[in-house]
Amino acid sequence: MSIAESSFHYVADLVRRETSMLYQQGKEYLVAARLLPLARESGDADVDVYVRRLKTDASERRKAIDALTINETSWFRDNAPYQAFTDVLLPQAIAARQATRKVSIWSAACSSGQEAYSLSILLDQQLPLGWTAEILATDVSTAMLERVKAGRYSQVEMNRGLPATHLVRYFTRVGSEWEVSPELRRVVTTQHLNLATTFPPLPTFDIVFLRNVLIYFDLETKRDILRRIHARVAPGGALLLGSSETTLDLTDSWEREAVGRVQVHRPIQPAAAFGLAAPTRAAG
Amino acid sequence: MHALIIDDSRAMRSILRRIVTDLGYETTEAEHGQAALDHLEGGLAPDLCLIDWNMPVMDGYTFVQRVRDDTRWRDVTLMMVTTESEHGQIVRALAAGAHEYVIKPFTPDAIVNKLELLGLLATEVPA
Repeated sequence: MSIAESSFHYVADLVRRETSMLYQQGKEYLVAARLLPLARESGDADVDVYVRRLKTDASERRKAIDALTINETSWFRDNAPYQAFTDVLLPQAIAARQATRKVSIWSAACSSGQEAYSLSILLDQQLPLGWTAEILATDVSTAMLERVKAGRYSQVEMNRGLPATHLVRYFTRVGSEWEVSPELRRVVTTQHLNLATTFPPLPTFDIVFLRNVLIYFDLETKRDILRRIHARVAPGGALLLGSSETTLDLTDSWEREAVGRVQVHRPIQPAAAFGLAAPTRAAG
Repeated sequence: MHALIIDDSRAMRSILRRIVTDLGYETTEAEHGQAALDHLEGGLAPDLCLIDWNMPVMDGYTFVQRVRDDTRWRDVTLMMVTTESEHGQIVRALAAGAHEYVIKPFTPDAIVNKLELLGLLATEVPA
């Protein structure tokens, strides 16, 4: 996969003109990777042929600009899940964890870590004094986990959904990037994990964020993932999926509940766990 | 909804105009802080000001201070959109009364995200 220098300059100039976003030299691979699917869709032999098409096709230019500027994760993505977290899910977890005074959260398929650190910010603001929290951030990509550990974000990434008051409170400038404060990083632990295969040993969690991930899997794999996550959510805990995702028609072991503007999925416990069936068998 | 776009770069005003027009805003443009103040004095009542920092005649920081010193304009939301990216500059702007801060370069959805945070999306925008 490659792109000619003249094509790259044309595309970089187009994106800068239309969005102010900069693709500097060295980003050729990224531009080629993002345009290749569109080139194929248009039936073009390669990215350079596709870039020639862009010069005369305005609607295709719009698609190319979208491909080059979206699909990155953002802070407090979609907002509503974080509102549900603050208003309902975290208070419930605090009520359930009075004995240990510790709340556990899993950011599954954490990508570059904005979800985990957004949650970390809310915990810093909402958790009662004397309580601790642990956020496990997992991803199949070790490169992404390295990014989470580094906790450094570009200017473009910082602009996406992070309130300026949080930026000045929790981040410091390091060169051209911004670095997450040590107090937020202390709460976040990373671990390599492929959702599609058997999980390594994991604790149980009060709240699991599995957002915009299931869409990438086939039906059987989705069911399998939800079954294995079920065992990792504490009784009374919650699973949050993406706004277009659901457990409906996939499995009957989750209850759906509207919390604010989002659907929260609660694990239904087997009857034995409630002591309904087990005593009879024990007596027999 | 009405946005006052304050930037000495015509290209940047055009980028911002396109973004907020897509969100249903009407727009007015000013090349510097003083021209923007003149619009306000003339009776313009925008919901939102998008403000560059470094401009001739009157910079964006001074504009924010002037707007915040006058109760006639207490309801307008002020958002800096600037290349000024030092931690201390952002703190200064927020302390002077800016509600939000976007650092150039940005993607269009960054502006949309911030307006959503501020409750200033004029129309429903698909997620």
